[in-house]
Amino acid sequence: MRQGLRYNFTTLRKEAMKDPQIGKPVPRKEGREKVTGSARYVDDLRFPGMIHGVTVRSSIARGKILDIQFGAGIPWDEFTIVTARDIPGKNCIALLMEDQPCLADRFINHPEEAVVLLAHPDKYLLEEARRAVRIETQPLPAIFTIEDALARKQVIWGEDNIFKAYRVEKGNVEAAWGSAEFIIEGEYETGAQEQLYIEPQGMIAQAGPGSGVTVWGSLQCPYYVHKALVRLFGLHKEQVRVVQTETGGGFGGKEEYPSMIAGHAALLAWKSGKPVKIVYDRAEDMAATTKRHPSRTHHRTGLMRDGKFLAMEIDFTLDGGAYETLSPVVLSRGTIHAAGPYFCPNVRIRSCAVATNAPPHGAFRGFGAPQSVFALERHLDRVAAAVGLSPKELRLRNFIHEGETLAVGQVVREKVQMEKLLDRALELSGYHEKRKRFAAENAQGPVKRGIGFASFLHGAGFTGSGEEYLASEALVTATAEGKVRVLAGSTEMGQGTNTVFAQIAADALDLDCEQIEILQPDTSLVPNSGPTVASRTTMIVGKLVETGALAIRKSLMDAGLLKADYGTGEFAEACRQYIDKFGALQSLVKYQHPKDLHWDDGTYKGDAYGAYAWAVYVAEVSVDMPTAEVRVEDFVAVQEVGKVIHPVLAAGQIEGGVAQGIGFALYENVVWQEGRMMNGQMTNYIMPTSMDVPKIRVYFEEIPYARGPAGAKGIGELPLDGTAPAIANAIAHATGADVREIPITPEKLMELLESLHA
Amino acid sequence: MPEAPRKIRVQCVINGKAASLEVYPMARLLDVLREQAGMTGTKEGCGEGECGACSIEMDGVLVNSCLVPALQAEGTVIRTIEGIADAGQLSAVQQAFLVHGGAQCGICTPGMILAAVSLLSRNAQPTESEIREALSGNLCRCTGYTKIFESVVEACRQQGLGK
Amino acid sequence: MRSYVPQYRMATPRNLADALERMAREPGAWRPFAGGTDLMVLLEAGKLPHRQFLSIWKLPELRGIEVTPTHVTLGALTTYSEVRRLEVLAREFPLLCRAAAETGSIATQNRGTLGGNIANASPAADSPPALLVYDAELELVSTRGARWAAFHGFWTGYKKLEMRDDELIRRIRLPRNKSGWTQFYRKVGTRRAQAISKVCLAGAALRESGNIADVRIALGSVAPIVLRAVATEQVLREGKQLTPAVVRAAERALAHEIAPIDDIRSTARYRLGVAQNLLLEFCEVLAN
Repeated sequence: MRQGLRYNFTTLRKEAMKDPQIGKPVPRKEGREKVTGSARYVDDLRFPGMIHGVTVRSSIARGKILDIQFGAGIPWDEFTIVTARDIPGKNCIALLMEDQPCLADRFINHPEEAVVLLAHPDKYLLEEARRAVRIETQPLPAIFTIEDALARKQVIWGEDNIFKAYRVEKGNVEAAWGSAEFIIEGEYETGAQEQLYIEPQGMIAQAGPGSGVTVWGSLQCPYYVHKALVRLFGLHKEQVRVVQTETGGGFGGKEEYPSMIAGHAALLAWKSGKPVKIVYDRAEDMAATTKRHPSRTHHRTGLMRDGKFLAMEIDFTLDGGAYETLSPVVLSRGTIHAAGPYFCPNVRIRSCAVATNAPPHGAFRGFGAPQSVFALERHLDRVAAAVGLSPKELRLRNFIHEGETLAVGQVVREKVQMEKLLDRALELSGYHEKRKRFAAENAQGPVKRGIGFASFLHGAGFTGSGEEYLASEALVTATAEGKVRVLAGSTEMGQGTNTVFAQIAADALDLDCEQIEILQPDTSLVPNSGPTVASRTTMIVGKLVETGALAIRKSLMDAGLLKADYGTGEFAEACRQYIDKFGALQSLVKYQHPKDLHWDDGTYKGDAYGAYAWAVYVAEVSVDMPTAEVRVEDFVAVQEVGKVIHPVLAAGQIEGGVAQGIGFALYENVVWQEGRMMNGQMTNYIMPTSMDVPKIRVYFEEIPYARGPAGAKGIGELPLDGTAPAIANAIAHATGADVREIPITPEKLMELLESLHA
Repeated sequence: MPEAPRKIRVQCVINGKAASLEVYPMARLLDVLREQAGMTGTKEGCGEGECGACSIEMDGVLVNSCLVPALQAEGTVIRTIEGIADAGQLSAVQQAFLVHGGAQCGICTPGMILAAVSLLSRNAQPTESEIREALSGNLCRCTGYTKIFESVVEACRQQGLGK
Repeated sequence: MRSYVPQYRMATPRNLADALERMAREPGAWRPFAGGTDLMVLLEAGKLPHRQFLSIWKLPELRGIEVTPTHVTLGALTTYSEVRRLEVLAREFPLLCRAAAETGSIATQNRGTLGGNIANASPAADSPPALLVYDAELELVSTRGARWAAFHGFWTGYKKLEMRDDELIRRIRLPRNKSGWTQFYRKVGTRRAQAISKVCLAGAALRESGNIADVRIALGSVAPIVLRAVATEQVLREGKQLTPAVVRAAERALAHEIAPIDDIRSTARYRLGVAQNLLLEFCEVLAN
């Protein structure tokens, strides 16, 4: 058996382990089901007596609902029809606020807003019926841009169209401008991005005044859905049950939205008395559900000739769509990440999220940081050029170190080695040699090559006191047969939750992953571990799992039932005896917020995150000048992540994230017309195929984070931050084009190139 | 009111077993497989032949089942993901996906495996660019394709070793 | 699925004669349905106006390849996958193989057919530019008999065909007269694979004693139909040599011949610029 040592963060001692599971590429827990096609996603499930549901949506962006008409030729008496009037509780999707209705009642505020729900056993007839419903409206003037929202051309939300605003002040920015030898400004924009999970949204509901509400579906946050249904139906917590089915990708797109579709399915089930399944087709999913917030950032940077930052003023604005949903939190993360992994003595960040008449924008991996990091890293290459420094040199002179403060005043209390990461990334990618060679070769031929990088960080877990507020819990139990069960509200959606939890529990108990069972999240069984978002699942919830498993081990040892060096058989026997003697063998672990983390929501200062992952990404591109097509030829991703729990899963997260970042940078353009997405088909919304993505080369460094399980930090969102700016910088290097917005489509690049040569 | 709908009977072989299905002639083969033949392994990702999640083998070639009308399945031999493993023994491609991280959320996996199996049945030792091209009709949002690619390379290696 | 599937009918004709008879009896009522890669997308989107289809997919009269000393003739149901595997095409009609390889995905190529592509008449189709360059001819059959028509001119306007409701495309004939020609094909799409074309240019030219003796240029996605750039061809033919002046004149002629638009995928400005650049690329290939 392989020997291993692990550092026990509870006993603070190195302990011998028989066969460490952490660090090993153990089989994916639900892998066999996935490769044989036996994994059950929501649309694979059928319930006796189940009928289907569809949603009738608004075709206008803003207006009053005058009437709803049901056309001829449909046997309406066979249908279940639900409108806002049928909602037993409050007509809202409860999230941070209760401003978003579940069904529009008297007013429409965005295209594709849900108005009427229909259910029927015949899926085909249901579609006919959907077409036969006419929503008569009186349009009102609508707004679709950040500019119009800020100018209050129409006030569509609150008093001033502003969902939230933050202001971060560090040092004295005003005083600094006078001393700056260079002041460089720039404006940067990012577009909406569709999460494009390959499994569309879907829910099945069973509900009734006597039986409460149960939903099964594709989702990331069972307790978010639970909370929303409790409010929608006016029920007690115990009367609502949410079960996650195998989920075919989420990326944030299934963080908020499932509450809406669950509410719809449940309302139809409530009224019809039958189980109801709603599954969106791709067109509906693209048109009606959340997307990444479009952004606009203005940078003003003052620095000295030696390249050291003196002042940074950043104005960061997000388009939130028609309702608040999670915009304040997206804005928060974008704001805190806006000044990057650098030390700057004077920083001002003003940010706001505004309302427009588009379907609400929502969570998408990165959650505000990809937007602000794009602006920063693209801006810094321009700053370097203005000051006469290389992009590398500018970063080296400003990287933050342990003991220094980030923009929000957080003292960095971990070892940071950005210089080392940068060196390693540049070496692995052949950056220096290529910078020289491309400059020479680009003079000839129709193809120009370039190489660029981005250096960045990503905070794991909820911001500030967020984790404390979430108060997450996880339960670890053992059966009399020695099987260990992990019960957590964290969901598996491909990122590897099930497998990583099993590895963590296995190592804590010195067992094999095979003996660890991870329960399917079902709110009637598992505690609330908080949402599966914010790169928190391994770091925060995994730590709870580790603690719980260690507690079980300790209980058995304290009871004298387990000796130091035990095998599977002895463990099972110990469990049997323990349960026989004392009853249940379990440990419910509640999150303890570290006492040394302080955050002030009022001044927006303090310890924003418990831990950061640090990274440098390098992109090599080729640009075909006659067609302005960009190809990513090589990609190197270097990051420091605390501890790699599963080498294949961790690399898979980075590779997949980089591919999404390539889409964000080059291909994924949402075509808007009056708040409506016009290219809502996979033919016209372009995500990368296997021929559009190079081999992505991933490298990890590990500086264990004391509070993470086995030292792990969160990594899920990290790759979305640095990929797009690295590509934009590479394009700028290749062609001289001053890229300011993404996606940088060939059409946009061609215009930039033409103005360069004009 | 639409005119009275007519169903027809279609006979075909699905995963080695004879099947007789009563279908609307222009129902999508995808829906017939999932709802009538009980083969829910084949998935719908886009309904427009772009994502490949619905890929099956029909008369020995890879097709998008969302684009095949049920009537045209008459007399065909169909293989879906459920027919790839041999009496519970995983194929080389499936085993490689399992070990090398080829599946994350798993929704694209059945179609991706069909595409890989189809490639290897035509070309036992494909080049890197042949693999990329063969899989380019299957979209994956989770993996960035790197580990899918590595899985297929490994499956070729295993098949070459006669495993 | 946005269509009411139960109301769609599909029948399987016994043979070609049976299919043609049905189409003659009720002109326009029965539409031929081959591999379905275009029609099923419309059905899914709720945009398929016709209700009755004849499944011609298995008709042997519409398949096969015939090679004579002067022509290669393909059955209308030849799929893109089959095109890619035919040696005589790879040798003498490489642009058609290129086009087939760039159409959709492998799964689409296994079901999409040349006949279906021509009948669908999309200006963004990938094979028609190659077919135009090769002076392809189509055989149309009906109960009234068979006739041959040049593919050039067969599409008369956006999705309009010189074809009667009771006619079927049976064969596509390619004269074997381009072997010595320099050939060029480039499709610029939205991404590397499974992409709808934004601009496509197919070209072939015969050089004799250093002069351009004859030339064919066809473009996709820059007009309501896939078109032969006859004025541009004429400039090159008359110019004989690829001097900068001749090439510039050809660029200008091209700009006048095509009519690119802004749409969901691209812009008129981009399409115009790229079309001209592809022409330049073709000229560069010719010059070397």
